[in-house]
Amino acid sequence: MKNIKFLIYGIIFGIILTKAEVISWFRIQEMFRFQAFHMYGIIGSAVVVGAISILIIKKLKLKSSNGEAIIFPAKPYDKGLIIGGTMFGLGWALTGACPGPIFAIIGNGYSVFLITLMFATIGAWVYGLVQEKLPH
Amino acid sequence: MLEFIKEPWPWYVAGPLIGLFVPLLLIFGNKNFGISSSLRHICAMCAPLNIKYFKYDWKSEQWSLFYVIGIMIGGFLASQYLMGGGKVDISTQTVQDLTALGVTDFSSYLPSDIFSWNELLSIKGFIFMGIGGILVGFGTRYANGCTSGHSISGLSNLQFSSLVATISFFVGGLIMTHFLLPFIF
Repeated sequence: MKNIKFLIYGIIFGIILTKAEVISWFRIQEMFRFQAFHMYGIIGSAVVVGAISILIIKKLKLKSSNGEAIIFPAKPYDKGLIIGGTMFGLGWALTGACPGPIFAIIGNGYSVFLITLMFATIGAWVYGLVQEKLPH
Repeated sequence: MLEFIKEPWPWYVAGPLIGLFVPLLLIFGNKNFGISSSLRHICAMCAPLNIKYFKYDWKSEQWSLFYVIGIMIGGFLASQYLMGGGKVDISTQTVQDLTALGVTDFSSYLPSDIFSWNELLSIKGFIFMGIGGILVGFGTRYANGCTSGHSISGLSNLQFSSLVATISFFVGGLIMTHFLLPFIF
């Protein structure tokens, strides 16, 4: 099963999110109040490592492990980035969780976050329903 | 080494490790690191109805569902075997600010004053867990990505749109934290 490796990557990712306290509502509040460097350090250093990695992949024209050319899809610019992005920010400060941490928080035993996941899924579904009527 | 694993991990360990998921997923899967799209796949799997946004081959995106189930298992393993989940050493200023708002429980990752099954039935709890969830799901899909897809993966690939998205995430977070939260408590 080729998907098993993604399950394993997810497990490692969930452990990192938990051990670094990224999934803590308190850490997110601290970040939005500019009262500690922790979250800025994590996001900043992750971007630096990610950017250097992508630079190396592009320079050396590395292929993926199954021999395909690696694709970097462009993220198109539209108004949704601003409107949807601000909406997500409001929700991020409320729940203290972006989508990845929602799953890790459930694993940590906060079963009530299953409800938050359900509402997030409903939110995604409603977006799909009204997508064509929204400004983009 | 075991001692180190059991302590909370500092940013300079966790951040670079998270960054490594960008090349890891690109090289060993030709996938772009991103998590909020999994919400779309769940919708497409469970209730596509006749909605255009959900008419695509979600089965070819199954990897992302395996990935998020893995995150859940990882959270479980870290809390059970790696001492995850204790009191968070946030700054004293944050403790003061949140105490002033009415938070009393600082003993674990999430304050039980807000996040519990009992609170879910209160207006306050429903705003945090219910409305908050809707905003996360709707907002990330409208913005075509979340912290992983835009702020880490997109910024790593120097995408201008991801910079706009990341700034918008912070605008929303700052408005909620500094202007709206006092009214919800």
